[in-house]
Amino acid sequence: MGKPEDTERKKLKDVEISVPIVYGNAAFWLGKKASEYQSHKWTVYVRGATNEDLSVVVKRVVFQLHSSFNNPTRVVESAPFELSESGWGEFEIAITLYFHNDVCEKPLNLYHHLKLYPEDESGPMSIKKPVVVEFYNEIVFTEPSESFLARVQNYPAVTFPRLPAGFTLPSSAPIEDESKRKRGDTKDHPLNQWFLNFSEADELLQLAAARQQVQAHIAKLRRQISVIDGQNQQFKSSSDQ
Amino acid sequence: MDAKDILGLPKTPLPITQEKKPRPQKDSQRKPDGISREVYALTGGLAPLMPSIDASQLKRRPPSDEKITWQWLPFTSSARKDDLQLYHWVRVVNGVPPTGDYSFAKYNKSVDVIKYTDEEYEKYLTDPVWTKEETDQLFDLCERFDLRFIVIADRFPTFRTVEELKDRYYSVSRAILIARAPSPGEVAGHPLVKEPYNVSQETERKRALSMVLSQTKQQERKDAEVLAEAKRIAESRMAAQGAEEPDLPVTSDIGPESVERAIGHGDTISPSSVQVPSAAVAPSTSIMADNASTLASLRMLRVYLRTYALEQMVQAASSSAGLRTIKRVEQTLQDLEVNLKPKVPTKAVCAEHLELRKEILTLLNLQKQLQYKEAEGSSFRDGSYGDMPGTPKRSHRVVDQDRTFVPDAISFGGERAGKREQKRKGPGRVSETPSSPAHKRPRKMKALDL
Repeated sequence: MGKPEDTERKKLKDVEISVPIVYGNAAFWLGKKASEYQSHKWTVYVRGATNEDLSVVVKRVVFQLHSSFNNPTRVVESAPFELSESGWGEFEIAITLYFHNDVCEKPLNLYHHLKLYPEDESGPMSIKKPVVVEFYNEIVFTEPSESFLARVQNYPAVTFPRLPAGFTLPSSAPIEDESKRKRGDTKDHPLNQWFLNFSEADELLQLAAARQQVQAHIAKLRRQISVIDGQNQQFKSSSDQ
Repeated sequence: MDAKDILGLPKTPLPITQEKKPRPQKDSQRKPDGISREVYALTGGLAPLMPSIDASQLKRRPPSDEKITWQWLPFTSSARKDDLQLYHWVRVVNGVPPTGDYSFAKYNKSVDVIKYTDEEYEKYLTDPVWTKEETDQLFDLCERFDLRFIVIADRFPTFRTVEELKDRYYSVSRAILIARAPSPGEVAGHPLVKEPYNVSQETERKRALSMVLSQTKQQERKDAEVLAEAKRIAESRMAAQGAEEPDLPVTSDIGPESVERAIGHGDTISPSSVQVPSAAVAPSTSIMADNASTLASLRMLRVYLRTYALEQMVQAASSSAGLRTIKRVEQTLQDLEVNLKPKVPTKAVCAEHLELRKEILTLLNLQKQLQYKEAEGSSFRDGSYGDMPGTPKRSHRVVDQDRTFVPDAISFGGERAGKREQKRKGPGRVSETPSSPAHKRPRKMKALDL
């Protein structure tokens, strides 16, 4: 988890690859066209945090919906990994990510509570502006295989680790011509304008400031403790007289 | 239907459409012969899917050419040594009574108890603790009661435990067996020879068993707890070992770090309070082990979410802290305007978050230490109150300072930090700080200052 000692280690064992993702949903109120059972049209999705194509790592995504939906197990075999439906209820969706064989054999589970209604219940519901809830997270692969590393080294969706010195990878196959494949990235996705931006800079600043404060307090407390100790010593020695 | 009954209205037949699943008309269907109606109904009123037994075969009827009568006849049993004649009902077929021994005589089995001669006794079987008479009595009882030692022990004239009796019987039998055998090899396979009776082991085993049986519920619970604890410790030790074995460089790096921290503690804390640094170091070393085992288990997962990893690391770091401390850490984070769970959990952010939490834990620990020391200090003051006239004034001032400092230490936030210097008054000011731990603080302080 980022201890300075870790980066000093030169073993491949300590290499990890991470894939920053954002998952969540966007829901549009259907307004006049809304019926009792279909009041919203929503889309649940998993995308690369910088809108890059995740299919270099993710083979398929399975969205498990509420049992009241027909065929509640929805499998999405290609990027963009999303699912659109219409309905009226909010429920938990289990999202299972399956990875390519050389990446990881175990699937990974995410859980997202579908949100249709805005936080501010008294406010007006708009047809044009969707309710969007997104979460940022990073998928961490430990001890990646060499073939995995080699394959993804040129893909922006993946945060490539710093390899130990002297470690070379075979060159990967050149990236396929993008125009030939169906676009898997979400840079021009219709919902793109609503996607949230996640920047670690703000949070890092906040944390750094907080740490400074805490460290200053710790130093002060230590001084106080030493003062009191000095006094207590005096009392002790004087009472021994 | 019942309501209509009560009202006396005519019952209208139920239309077929109302029934969801039309029941099979079992009343009109003839049930198979051979079994009664109730038994058939047990199967749900339907025939079994597999024809198991032809129902007509269930009642075995005797072949009709035989004439069966029952007669009250006398009998003897070969199992009896006397000629006692008893009577019982006998099934007579065509006037011919059954022949043969009493049918239960074949179950009259007994144990072959060894019979030794007097010479054999003199030669092989003498024992300091047992007289010949006793041994003879024992063997007689064994024969009579088929080695049921509990009964034998009951009937034995002198008091002997079951284990003693068994020991004597088995060792005598063994000795005789070996003595009578033409060559030792021939009996080597005999169970008596191969596995002799072990008195001490048996006594111990029975004692342990009775102890376990007589354990109270509380003792049982305690045992279970201890075992679970031991298992947990063993597992964490194994995981730490598993992590440490291949990761020798890592632990050697962590080593100096924890030593540094311990030294840091030692510098600021005077030698008079030795207990506290050791208490502080002990958690840090166990937290190191927790961290290492958490890292190891994360690595084993092969794939995980960053947030999950952070949760695990936070748990490991606060494993020694109680629930209240954890709540205070979270309160402090809120006061610092830091998200309890990072909104953008990148590797760097998670690392910083973890370090911040650890630092807050340290902060809270130091505050507690300060409290203890002040308590110490005030107890000293009280002890020497009469002796040192100068002390009360000084104590007030020091207490004042501390009272204003310590509660403020918890309340963070930009504006309040600035006002810290202005607060130099008594307890009244303190109660204004809104954060809940601060509320608890002044009360504690008041209790201490006597």
